[in-house]
Amino acid sequence: MNETMKYTRNTKSLLFMSFLLIVVLVISSCDTNETQTVATFSELVMADEFDTDGAPNSAIWNYDIGDGTANGLPAGWGNGELQYYTDRSDNVTVQNGVLIITAKEESFGNSDYTSARLLTKGKFEQTYGRFEARIRLPNGKGLWPAFWLLGDDSNGTEIWPQIGEIDIMEYVGDEPSTVFGTVHGPGYAGGESVSKSYKLDNDRFDNRFHIFGIEWGPDYINWYVDDVLYNQLTPEDVPGEWVFNRGPFYIILNVAVGGALPGNPNEETVFPQTMLVDYIRVYKNSNN
Amino acid sequence: MKNIKFTYTKTYILIGCMLMTLLGCERELSEEAVFAKFPTTAEIYIDDPVGLTDQFFRSFDPAAGANVNGFGVDSNTFYEGSSSIRIDVPASNDPDGNFIGGIFEDRGAGRNLTGYDALTFWGLGTTSGTVEVGFGTDFDRPETDPSFAVSTVVQMTSGWKKYVVPIPDPSKLIQETGMFFFAAGGFDPLGDGPNGNEIAWTFWIDELKFEKLGTVSQPRPIAFSGQDIAIQTFTGSEINIVAQGLTIKYDVDGENLEVSGAPAYFNFVSSNTDVAIVNQFGIASVIGEGTTEITTELAGVKALGSLAVSSSGALPLAPVPMRPATNVKSIYSDAYTADTGSDFNPGFGGSTTETTEVGAPGELVQIYTNNNFTGIIFDNTVDASTLTHLHVDLYTNEPGTNVNIQIRDIGVNGEIETNIFTGFPDGDDKDKRFTAAGLTVGAWTSVDIPLDGDLATQKNNLGAIILAGGPDFILDNIYFYKE
Repeated sequence: MNETMKYTRNTKSLLFMSFLLIVVLVISSCDTNETQTVATFSELVMADEFDTDGAPNSAIWNYDIGDGTANGLPAGWGNGELQYYTDRSDNVTVQNGVLIITAKEESFGNSDYTSARLLTKGKFEQTYGRFEARIRLPNGKGLWPAFWLLGDDSNGTEIWPQIGEIDIMEYVGDEPSTVFGTVHGPGYAGGESVSKSYKLDNDRFDNRFHIFGIEWGPDYINWYVDDVLYNQLTPEDVPGEWVFNRGPFYIILNVAVGGALPGNPNEETVFPQTMLVDYIRVYKNSNN
Repeated sequence: MKNIKFTYTKTYILIGCMLMTLLGCERELSEEAVFAKFPTTAEIYIDDPVGLTDQFFRSFDPAAGANVNGFGVDSNTFYEGSSSIRIDVPASNDPDGNFIGGIFEDRGAGRNLTGYDALTFWGLGTTSGTVEVGFGTDFDRPETDPSFAVSTVVQMTSGWKKYVVPIPDPSKLIQETGMFFFAAGGFDPLGDGPNGNEIAWTFWIDELKFEKLGTVSQPRPIAFSGQDIAIQTFTGSEINIVAQGLTIKYDVDGENLEVSGAPAYFNFVSSNTDVAIVNQFGIASVIGEGTTEITTELAGVKALGSLAVSSSGALPLAPVPMRPATNVKSIYSDAYTADTGSDFNPGFGGSTTETTEVGAPGELVQIYTNNNFTGIIFDNTVDASTLTHLHVDLYTNEPGTNVNIQIRDIGVNGEIETNIFTGFPDGDDKDKRFTAAGLTVGAWTSVDIPLDGDLATQKNNLGAIILAGGPDFILDNIYFYKE
């Protein structure tokens, strides 16, 4: 997810890299070095299990409303997105133990689609830790759900990409077996962001729940899906300042529709589409 | 101390009793109660047929035009291994039959396919011709047994490509004998529709098997072509839900595809079973007066589209035509052989009409619902130069129903030409217009329309009957005749 620029990916090289990494991981896992520091993000500091029906817990969640213009962005949240975000129960609700974000096709506020974007800005922010959610993703061309973190803007004194962005999970609905994790920072934002995709073998992200998370500590971020760690980024991996050793960052959950990255919905895209979130949990390093 | 020991002993005895009880509960099901287990063999053709009948390929009936010459195995062209299935599709003018197709059957009692989610194969073609492929078809299956046939149309390419045919609900396939089905006709290089100029071509199929892909999306069932439609009908009528547009959409790895699945995969629900019931073949039988909504599910997913049925009770039969057949050229009647086939659903742009044929054999009628304008388009023109009238029987439940009937002669050029501004015939077309007004509610009204006016001198190329207004009525016994 990026706030202001177009976005491209080189899927082939990402795939190749992911194969290499898996090979490396398999080899290194046979060779546990007893002196390595194992981060144990085991102390739960925030969790929303979405067990109370109705509107999401207002002690944790805020909403972005509209098409981005109220946030000082061009309409479409800077990405040509087509949805109008609302906090109506039509677009965001908790039912049967899951958070449901629903993207609908309807005329609303000069937009053709509605959806929701929840954020913990000002309510829960943290530097480092393990951020994890169990999610079932929507399906279809033009759907662009995400689970991501943005750095606090120090009351507007800092702007993106200097504030830093960690995309724990992004996905486009016409590639139902692939997610990607990304960082944006100064010199590596939007189309230049540092990203890696993870493709499920013989499975999909829209048929059942999967777990998406990062382990984030000083000078590193690890991305995982279910029980597979598929990427690690460190300051050496980004062509600019590593802006992730300062914080804090807040959490965003959203379903975007259309725009430069996923493309727009086509006649095969079925609405409404839902992203279901079973839980979101944040841990911190128990050694801290 | 003694007391404590005693307590332990009691506990042991209690646990022992519980164990014995638990063990006592565990007994094998009798042989009669155990489901027969059928083999789960996935492969159909790899380099040889796998577990298929000795016959391997069973063609469709040559008497119906199936060409049996083009089926074989090719050890020069294959995707993997040492051979593939090669199918030479005949040209449309091939005297030995203008299409090729048939099925592969399991040589045993059938296979358990519940662990798979798709039929897959690799294909290659000499042209970008299309092939209908699927599984679940068995020529020997009694008609009373439900079929789990699935089919889709795929387009071949000049390079090997993997094709996927999703299984709509694998849990239903505990004993399937129909392993593969295909049918293909000549390639139409001009793309000008089926007109006899289609050429012969060849395609190959390899690595044909069932697979558990995991990349097949949930099914998106679509009934009634995705529409919420309403029909007015009567007790004793039947509605074929399959014929009303029943299909399933999927995406596989993000690529959209559509398959048609047999009605036995679906669960049809009637909200009021005193009005209509639906059987496993997707036939809704209207059994009483009132309203009901028919919805459809597939593997727990509700289909897009529904049918609201409103039954007015028993429909009286239309008067039986008494004119001698020699004086009649029939368009639609159970009393006469039709002079030509006709399209009762021409799908005119802007038309809101729903047309459904219902009734028991010999008592069929055409029900028009929500008609603004539609037509009955004759497949071949009718020469009525020696005939004098058009007869139509109309029935309605709505007071004030008026139906405008326009008999159209389409001239020697064979095209329906209508002035888009006036709606009147254009070019070499002529018509006669008649409004059937003041119809009796709840009874049949017979009208006999003279072929006069503009048709008096031109009625040798009658091509259509246009129907405007209504909006809800029933037609039967539509025929031209001589006084």
